[in-house]
Parts: sequence; C-alpha cells; structure tokens
Amino acid sequence: MANVIDDETIEYVGILAKLELSDEEKDQAKQDMAKMLDYIDQLNELDTTGVEPMSHIFQVENVFREDEVTNGDMREAVLANAPEEKDGMFVVPQTFE
Amino acid sequence: MRRRKRTVCLWCRRPLSDNGKRGKSMSILDYTAVELSDQIRRGEIKVVDAVEAVFAQIDGREKELNCYVTLQKERALEQAKIVQAKIDAGELSGPLAGVPFAIKDNMCTKGTRTTCSSKILENFVPAYSATAVEKLEAAGAVVIGKTNMDEFAMGSTTETSYYGVTKNPHNAMHVPGGSSGGSAAAVAAGECFAALGSDTGGSIRQPASHCGVVGMKPTYGTVSRYGLIAYGSSLDQIGPLAKDVRDCAAILEVISGRDEKDSTSMSRENGQGTDFISALQEDIQGMRIGIPRDYFGAGLDTEVRDAVLAAAEVLRAKGAVVEEFDLSLVQYAIPTYYTIAAAEASSNLERFDGIKYGYRTAEADNLHAMYKKTRSEGFGAEVKRRIMLGSFVLSSGYYDAYYLKALRVKALIRRAFDAAFAKYDVILGPVAPTTAPKLGESLADPLKMYLGDIYTISANLAGLPGISVPCGTDAAGLPIGVQLLGDCFQEKKILRVAYTYEQAVKRG
Repeated sequence: MANVIDDETIEYVGILAKLELSDEEKDQAKQDMAKMLDYIDQLNELDTTGVEPMSHIFQVENVFREDEVTNGDMREAVLANAPEEKDGMFVVPQTFE
Repeated sequence: MRRRKRTVCLWCRRPLSDNGKRGKSMSILDYTAVELSDQIRRGEIKVVDAVEAVFAQIDGREKELNCYVTLQKERALEQAKIVQAKIDAGELSGPLAGVPFAIKDNMCTKGTRTTCSSKILENFVPAYSATAVEKLEAAGAVVIGKTNMDEFAMGSTTETSYYGVTKNPHNAMHVPGGSSGGSAAAVAAGECFAALGSDTGGSIRQPASHCGVVGMKPTYGTVSRYGLIAYGSSLDQIGPLAKDVRDCAAILEVISGRDEKDSTSMSRENGQGTDFISALQEDIQGMRIGIPRDYFGAGLDTEVRDAVLAAAEVLRAKGAVVEEFDLSLVQYAIPTYYTIAAAEASSNLERFDGIKYGYRTAEADNLHAMYKKTRSEGFGAEVKRRIMLGSFVLSSGYYDAYYLKALRVKALIRRAFDAAFAKYDVILGPVAPTTAPKLGESLADPLKMYLGDIYTISANLAGLPGISVPCGTDAAGLPIGVQLLGDCFQEKKILRVAYTYEQAVKRG
C-alpha cells in the first residue's frame, strides 16, 4: 500500500505546523512524508488489540505546588532575548485589522 | 612539612607513572577527567593549566574539526581561578573538580549563547542553566564551550547543524556521528576532558561509538531535563561522553537525581541508587549476558559484527554466561520511534515563534505571517521534515492510526525487553550497523539514515540505560563500539560489565 500525499493535505499540515513551504519544498515534503508513512505502515502487521498506548515508561502524575514565585525577578534577562521589546513588553506585529 | 606523594590515582587506584605511554613525557591531555582532578587536588596541576592545555589543543585542531559552536575562554579562565581557590580551601574535593568540560549546545547555560545548532536560536542567551550543568559546575567542572550537534538533535551525523559540519577526529573525511557529534569529537580530539550530550534515539551512544569514546544514556528520569531544549520529551535523556568508563560513572553520579523542576525525574534508592562509582568492579562472574540474534542480521557490517562478538568473548572469558536469544520486534522499533519522536517534536518546537527569543523574520505584516515566515526561515530541512510528519500523525483522522498505534507498539517493545531481562542481566550488541560514514553520504536519503538507529532507539522507547564502549577499529582505522543495555535502574550492572571489559582489554 503506497501512501499518496495530495496538495490539500500538505497545505493543511503546513497550517498545523506553522510552516510556509516553497513549491519545491512542498513537492519534497509530499514525497518524504509518503515514503515515511509507507514505512510506518508496517506497524499494522502487529495486532495491538487490547494493548494500552504507552506514553511514558513510568507512571507520570500531576505535580502540584503553591503558586509562589521562587525564581526572583528575571525580567531584564528574559526581555534581553526578545527580537523586539518596548516598555518591558514583547512587541508583535499587528494582530487585528 | 612535605606530604608524601601518592603513587596511585586516588579514584582509579591505577599507578600514576608506571603505565607505558604515561611516562615522564605525559601531557596533561593524556589524563582522564578523574585522573586530572586527582592531580589537581594533589597540587601537581593547576586548574588554569588544564584549561590552557585544552585551549591549546583547540587552537591546533578546532579549525579542521569544528566541534564547538561557542567557546568561552575568558569565562573558563575566570572559573578556573574560582575553582582552584575552592579546591585549595578544601571546599571542593569531588572527582570532577577542576575538569574542563564541554556541553552540548541544546543545554541552557546562563549567560552563554545556546543555539541547538539552529539559526532560529542564533542569538539566544539563556537566563538560567540546565540542572545538569548547574550540578557539574557545583562539582567544580569548568565549562569551556558549547558543542555542535544536529539541529535540535535531529540527525545522526552532525551534518544538519546551521553552524557547519563537525568532522571525525580519527579521519576528517568522515562524520563524527550524531546528534551529539561535537561532544564526542571534542572528547576524542582532546578539546575537552569530558562532555555532556543528550540521547533521544542514540545521540550519545552512536557518536561515542564513531569517535572511539565512552558514552552513556541513563534510565529515563535519572538526570533532570530541566534546561534541556526538548526534542522528544518522553525519550530525551542527558548523559556523559568521556574517555573511559570510570569518567562516565563519575559524571553520571554528579548529574543524576530528582529535580522538582522536572516532574519526570526520579529519586532513586533501595539498591537502585546513583552511587555509580561503586559499580566499578572487575567482577562479572556468573553474570548473564544475552546477545539478540536479531541484531546481527542483514545490514550489519562484518567488521563491526566481528569486533562486537570478540568483545562478548572477552566477557565470557571473564566469567560471564553469554548466550544468544531472540529479542523480537526489532524491526518495528524504527517506525515506532520516528512516529513518536516526530509527534513530540512538532509539539515541542511550537514555542519557536519569533516573539520571546531567537530569530524573527525581517518582514511580516501580521502575526500569523510572522510565525510562519520566522519558522520557515529559522528551521533547517530535517527539522521541518520531522515537524511536518509529527503534525500529520497527530492530526485529527490520523492520530489513532499513527500516533496511538505507535504508542501501543511501544508497549509491546517494552514487554519484549521485560521478557529479555527476566533471563539476562545485560544485553550486548552493536551500537551502529557501520563505522562512521563519509561526510555527505547520509542526508540524501533520510529513511536510510534513520535505519542506522536500529540498535540504539529501543533503549529510548523502553527507557533503558545503555553504554557504548570502544571495542576496536575497522580496516580504515575508524572506531567500533559495543553497546551494553540494562534493565531500567540497572546502570550499575552495565557499568560493571563495561569496566571489566575495559580493564581486560587494557591489559591485553
């Protein structure tokens, strides 16, 4: 069974992935993804009926703590990495018309 | 009053002068990390001299090898003075005090640029350090720089780095392996005494094998992932790359432990503690070692096979019970791994959006266009490939068929290892199917490159500890590694076997 990734799917995945691919990259992505999915499809040879999906090897539980600040004021150091900042805030491009 | 000089290393009990190559002409760089630290504590070597020796080596080799993305000589020399003062005052006495270290560039280092070898983090300077780095520095290690890697740890060759390829110190026509290729190459080339790497699918063990050093991935949850820039969070672990098994144990002992900043990190006790140095005993009498037949089939280079099986014979001669068995499901590990790792990567890498840190596109007139352009310009081809695949397998309509299916097979793979470890203390096999490929040979066919991970990725899926120990070279002189896998929390068993092997080979 060979997977074929159509234009619509690659557009949709591009939206989910927040990636803007060139036409050339899209063609390559279609081929790469189809090839990878063909390969992944061999998992269907295994009967996993009744097998619980295992996300973590060890049981992971929610960890709760009091909502107290423990790491001090790092605003300057954090904002120093911002591509653009103003008055102690991150600047972003226009969000609404 | 003059103290009588000791003639054996405090930590390894090895004679300090009576050792072939280690005669009077011995250079500082010939010491292992633990030996160096011992020399420093005895006052024979100053920390600053060790740092200078490493930078002299870097001056000679770095131009060709490109192990580092960022070097920090000035800061390292300052640190050296501080550490020296603490050692002199008796405040630092551990086996890593004064040792020059390299850190893979996906671990945050406060005040030092951390790029993940990506354009998108070209100018990122963390406001905090990863817990593993903090622990190393608290133990007196001196961080000299950040090592090159595959971009976001996605790759097996260190060729997907935005900052150029790293070359194998044994032959610069070849890759060092990856993704912790810079760390492995830096240790092998004497451009540091030891390094930290991270291992999501073999990224410590495989470059260690290709560069002829020892590399270890501990049980999932042993080392805090706080400050490690995430790739596949359920698979990622930090671990050491070092000159020998003792250094590996000493480093792991320092960096492991429960950290409240990583809820998946564990406190370990009741015989499963993290006192790894205590495991370095030359005694494997009666230990049961299993060799999976499935690891020796088609695709395995004959020179690699012969070297790995010869290592098994050494262990048999030392008293281990060695036998072959069928592990099963081996071929399904790669599709399972790439589904899960890509899914987690697509989610983890959402945070790189050009707002809070890192690269932002020069031109975009609205927020969403800015996200897309920033990410498209900031990520390399392999990273985009995995984000796309991950987004697809998590998307509505495909989630059950791909992502959940992979998690179910992961459970089956874990069961196969449970069955194996009911019979064996340690599983022995190759690390990689071949020695280090030539530069430029791997990236053209991603799927083929992924197949090279077949022997290492299962340990990540099942959470197991694994170590790669040098076991010979091929006809071209490229290193070969043997891999030892243990059950979860059984690092001490694989360390004991690795140490016994290393000592046996050293004596010839």
